[in-house]
Amino acid sequence: MHLYEIPIICVLVGLTLYVVLGGADFGAGLWQLESVVIPGRTEAARQRAEENREHAHHSMGPVWEANHVWLIFVLTVTWTAYPRAFGAIASTLELPLLIAGVGIVFRGAAYALRAGSASARESALIDTVFSLSSVLTPFALGTIIGAIVLGRVPVGNAAGSITGSWTGLFSILLGALVVVLCAYMAAVYLAADAARAGEGELASRFRTRALVAALLAGALAIALLPVLHSDAHRFYHRLVSGPGLVGVVLSAAGGIGTLALVVVRRFGAARASAAVAVAGLIVGFALAQNPVFLPGLSLASAAAPTETIVPLLFAILAGIVVLFPSLGFLFALHLGGRFDLAEQDRSGAVQPPAAAAGVGAMIASSRQGLAARGAIAGLLGGLGFLNAADAPWAHIVGVVSLAVCALCAIAAVAPAELAARERD
Amino acid sequence: MALSLAAIVAQNRYLRDASQLQSLSFAVHIPLVCFGIALPALIAYFEWRFLRTGEELYRTIARRWTRIMAALFAIGVITGTILSFEMGMLWPTFMSTFGSVFGLGFSIEGFSFFLEAIFIGIYVYGWNRLSQRLHFLCVLPIVFAGFTGSLMVIAVNAWMQHPSGFRLRGGHAVDVHPLAALFGNSFLWNELIHMYVAGFMVTGFVLAAPYAIQRLRGRWGRYERTAFTLPFTVAAVASPLQVLIGDWVARDVATEQLIKLAALEGLAKTTRGAPEHILGWYHNGKISFGIGIPHLLSLLAFHSWNHTVQGLDSVPPVDRPPINITRLSFQTMVGIGTLMALVAVVYLFLLWRRRTLPSERPFYGAAALLGPLSVVALIAGWVTTEVGRQPWVVYKVMTTTQAVTTAGSVPVSYGVLVAAYLLVGAASIWILRRLALMDLPPLSSDASIVARAGEAAA
Repeated sequence: MHLYEIPIICVLVGLTLYVVLGGADFGAGLWQLESVVIPGRTEAARQRAEENREHAHHSMGPVWEANHVWLIFVLTVTWTAYPRAFGAIASTLELPLLIAGVGIVFRGAAYALRAGSASARESALIDTVFSLSSVLTPFALGTIIGAIVLGRVPVGNAAGSITGSWTGLFSILLGALVVVLCAYMAAVYLAADAARAGEGELASRFRTRALVAALLAGALAIALLPVLHSDAHRFYHRLVSGPGLVGVVLSAAGGIGTLALVVVRRFGAARASAAVAVAGLIVGFALAQNPVFLPGLSLASAAAPTETIVPLLFAILAGIVVLFPSLGFLFALHLGGRFDLAEQDRSGAVQPPAAAAGVGAMIASSRQGLAARGAIAGLLGGLGFLNAADAPWAHIVGVVSLAVCALCAIAAVAPAELAARERD
Repeated sequence: MALSLAAIVAQNRYLRDASQLQSLSFAVHIPLVCFGIALPALIAYFEWRFLRTGEELYRTIARRWTRIMAALFAIGVITGTILSFEMGMLWPTFMSTFGSVFGLGFSIEGFSFFLEAIFIGIYVYGWNRLSQRLHFLCVLPIVFAGFTGSLMVIAVNAWMQHPSGFRLRGGHAVDVHPLAALFGNSFLWNELIHMYVAGFMVTGFVLAAPYAIQRLRGRWGRYERTAFTLPFTVAAVASPLQVLIGDWVARDVATEQLIKLAALEGLAKTTRGAPEHILGWYHNGKISFGIGIPHLLSLLAFHSWNHTVQGLDSVPPVDRPPINITRLSFQTMVGIGTLMALVAVVYLFLLWRRRTLPSERPFYGAAALLGPLSVVALIAGWVTTEVGRQPWVVYKVMTTTQAVTTAGSVPVSYGVLVAAYLLVGAASIWILRRLALMDLPPLSSDASIVARAGEAAA
């Protein structure tokens, strides 16, 4: 393996996680849309739709931001490690990127606004307006992948067709497939979440939705093959009979496995195998495309120099060391049901420290005096070292002095005590 | 010939659209960044006070502000994502030429963003679901990530202002040293500290402003007093220090970006013992209607009475930034900054003399005004540094005209994103007003189930 291949592997892993985790979020939006568009005629049906919508919101709330940052990861690693490819893709495919961006804006705004909705009617309105956007982002990202695979993105500043490059039949179908995949992953995820919370009926409803979406995804995937055969011959052959075959087999096995697991209501395992199906698809595409990145631009020639790749990989490694335990913590809490509404109050009452008030006040006031002197000393140090002196080392001392000054000054003011002292 | 001329005209049009779109996106995102920097630290302070004293008041403030933090972070996620899209959509040549030099900074910034998102998720949903100590500990990574995130973004911006760590050969960056480019840059540290302190000032003044208005309306219970005093004190302490830090930044600009300094001051000719002009308008090579103070510029920027300061005439007109935009935004920032520092010094002096909060109504009127003014100063500061860098995207290496996209769809993006920002802006105002009016959900879990059932029934 070459050094320049490692960042693309990181990008593909990030993309898989984004499709699996972020995709489930967009999918949840789609199911919210479904519950609004088809609310049912009877009161009971409307009630069920309402429950579905609420469930889709509550099981995504704590994790959606973290899920979305995978996209930022994909973008930043791509533009650092393969800058020429990134510039070409982002400029030629400006419009689908814009569509994806609008989808992200609306989806995020829905979460922000939901926090302030006072009634069920308001929540329903917010969900309706904003879940429309859940179609946009997955679809646009699908067309982008389609345009790259078909070789419609030449190297250079917006060198390809602004509208034609991503609107072919293959791109459109791939976009639709990604939308359905998101809906599918969300349904599996929501079914698992409902089953964990002991809401069997809710779980069954999302199980049905997962099965429908799975069949639709399979049909779309099969429909893609003849289009691919005529539009991108090299890619097609590398995908179905060349190096990409591994991924296709993996994906098909994952897809069928998930279907079986959903049928027997093993939702947790189904989520894992759904992730395998997505990963297989992405790996298959990547291997079929390799070693070409864009027409006339191989992965090797797109790559940044070693001096960039090495620190980037160290940064990713350090990021993994910090982020994976943190993500593990978040998901352990979330999937363990600790954020559920019905969860028990886990925090005990605090015992206020019983202090002799008079002595405490005396100590506090002398501490404030000391802090005030510290603040003045810091200020003088800052003036001298930062503003009078010119040497870089002096500036460091000056900045540290100002930081000391700021902290001491706040301690000297003691804002909480100041506010408490005042009479009402 | 006619064709290439048309292409140039088209490209200039895209340049205008792209620059305006980029500035708009920054202007929307940067106030949110300030909240990302400072709000977690302020919330941490009150949660810590709650743990120390057990007084419910502190926890109530922390919980209310947590809801603001969550809403603003959600909006920051989307505006930040749009910004990262725009890097490639609008400036593809900049990205493809220099992505290998500065991209690393954004990759690391992505990780801090990640850390922030993870722990905000835990913190926001973890009230009462985690042990109190663990919940408090979860705010610390958010504070840390706010710092590292701004460190990385500023590292990239400082590199654009003062590029190094590469050589250009045939339009490609070679001999690339990303770590040296990002972190071995003298511009980084003063820009970073200037911005970080600005984050605390903006957050402090904006957060304190509604409570100052409450005071003017006669609502001044212990809750309002406490929620006013901390953010205002933090911003008040930061404001005079920012004057010193600003002087440090300006002296670095004076030695490294001579033309930017000349534009900031409207100095047309290279002058020995250059004067400083306050207010006024730059026209035909001089400042009209300004107040000139002889020798002050040489003294401030170079600590010398007769130092020679380079004027705009040292470069051809195409290499000069738009003088009046740069100069007016600089004066706006300095003017508001000075005002903030004055109010702050008065506040701290009164505290020292009286040991109580000021009782004068005009003081609270001023405090309410400083909220919006601080945002104006923040944006004026960024206009100063970004417009002052023009016509360069990478100072003296690549112009914005070379960097801009040739895609004809730029006006479409412009229109769509302006509409999206208007919507996001309206949504933010709505949500902040709503959060201010809404009661906190009760912490007891039984009550929240009842509330949920009631909501479903309604």
